[in-house]
Amino acid sequence: MNSLRSQVLGLYKTLHFLGRDYPKGAEWFHSRLKKAFERNKGETDPQKIKELIGRGEFVVKEIEALYSLRKYRAMKKRYYDQ
Amino acid sequence: MRVLVGVKRVIDYAVKVRVKADKTGVVKDNVKHSMNPFDEIALEEAVRLKEKKIAKEVVAVSCGPTASQETLRTALAMGADKAIHVEVDAATAEKMEPIHVAKILAKLIEKEKFDLVILGKQAIDDDANQTGQMLAGFLDWPQAMFASKIEPDGSTHLKVTREIDGGLDTIKVKLPAVISADLRLNEPRYATLPNIMKAKKKPLEKKTPADFGVEIKPQTETVEVSDPPVRQAGIMVDDVQSLVSKLREKGAIP
Repeated sequence: MNSLRSQVLGLYKTLHFLGRDYPKGAEWFHSRLKKAFERNKGETDPQKIKELIGRGEFVVKEIEALYSLRKYRAMKKRYYDQ
Repeated sequence: MRVLVGVKRVIDYAVKVRVKADKTGVVKDNVKHSMNPFDEIALEEAVRLKEKKIAKEVVAVSCGPTASQETLRTALAMGADKAIHVEVDAATAEKMEPIHVAKILAKLIEKEKFDLVILGKQAIDDDANQTGQMLAGFLDWPQAMFASKIEPDGSTHLKVTREIDGGLDTIKVKLPAVISADLRLNEPRYATLPNIMKAKKKPLEKKTPADFGVEIKPQTETVEVSDPPVRQAGIMVDDVQSLVSKLREKGAIP
């Protein structure tokens, strides 16, 4: 049970850290992040919690991909013709 | 193989850069800074060489003010083993040119044995695109600029694909060599929170230009920094006839 708790906390910290660079602003991201976690705060079924963690990890991957693509596109637009 | 990677702290690519009122430079206070995107690519390539067991150690180096340490921490979080910070004060950092950085790196490489240097092809702040070329000159090493692919070719050579106008150029360089990274070389990884925490335990060495016997004397003088011209607003035309007459007025069509 405790390991799940630390996993959830770790996920929250990771997302919070990623949110600092979010294009729409850190505040926009952080308020939504908090709401998303609060929505499931009463969850007690370990299986469900694992599923939710999985979904969070998917979001982490998506955001990282978004950032790298955004940077790549900005560089391409600035320095390359096509 | 020991790899040295140069990283520069620049104004973040997403920031709208503002020119100072007195036209002496751009506003840098309270502006988000991060690692130069091309240096991220260079570092990523070095870390991948290490993961493929081709490289044994990756060392990141940065010349700049105290805040450059943040950039070096990011480099350590991305996978560099060790960082070297060549510290200069903020006023000197403003006047620092690629030739000074190249001289410092050349001396550093003379002192500590490196087999490969990978740099970003240019920094997104001054867009000089000179450091790698000058460094190769000072060291008298072969250079492979604008690399989009790096492969080992035996134990003494590298096969580098370069991006040139209208195509690709594949060359074989003998190690030790200087390589500069182009945009399409790889997709750099993200420095994750746990890795940034772990990076705090990795060694960061502090040096000064004086340790390398390099004096920072500017060779160029910045006369003026100004905004790019603003694009003029367009106009709406009612029909094709007025469009044609407007174009004729401007001399765009006969």
